Amino acid sequence: MRVTVRLFARLRDITGTAELAREVPPGATIRSVWQQLAGEYPALTDYERSISSAVNADYARMDRPLAEGDEVAFLPPVSGG
Amino acid sequence: MSLLAIGPAPLELTRIVAAVGDRAGVDGAIVTFLGLVRNHNLGRHVHHLEYEAFEPLALNAFARITDEVLERWPDAKLALHHRIGRLEIGEASIAIAVASAHRAAAYGACRYTIERVKQIAPIWKREFFDGGDMWIEGATADPDDARARAEAERVACV
Repeated sequence: MRVTVRLFARLRDITGTAELAREVPPGATIRSVWQQLAGEYPALTDYERSISSAVNADYARMDRPLAEGDEVAFLPPVSGG
Repeated sequence: MSLLAIGPAPLELTRIVAAVGDRAGVDGAIVTFLGLVRNHNLGRHVHHLEYEAFEPLALNAFARITDEVLERWPDAKLALHHRIGRLEIGEASIAIAVASAHRAAAYGACRYTIERVKQIAPIWKREFFDGGDMWIEGATADPDDARARAEAERVACV
């Protein structure tokens, strides 16, 4: 199945793109998409323990299973205000 | 006048006060907070900032913060506007206004709100300074982290 991945701030700089699409196997979770990306972009592994994630613009845990067409977002530590 | 907003337009205190100021006679206090861009940070001479956000999730986070405020301060009315894009030194990046019948609730809810924004709003600032630029990274955003929420409440109620 196909999912869209959104990347922000330094994660976007590392990958060079704000949005990409990936084919993932059935049963894929947010974590497995992250691991796939970290394999492609090793600099992402620095963020292994500090990222947050969201699915379809709602915060979600890394073990959440994904569905066809989901939009997954990876968020580095935030600095608003 | 929307209570929750994020976008590139300059922030105005008068507008955010108007957003919570429609309960004349009921409210006895409005407390406001403006966050401003400093020209110095951790010894660096800052030229300007660029803010980026995941806007739909940011509005969700603002709504969640509103719910939390109403849980703790049931009569509070909260408005929260955050600016994104390029901001110059001295400009406001965030504006908060809270109305309540009494000042203690208005002060507490206002302080709680800025602490929670810094904890869970999916917003990032990139600092441009003498000699380079860098993304500032603070808290790992986890809206369900009860300890972070308790810390925001502790700071708000001193």
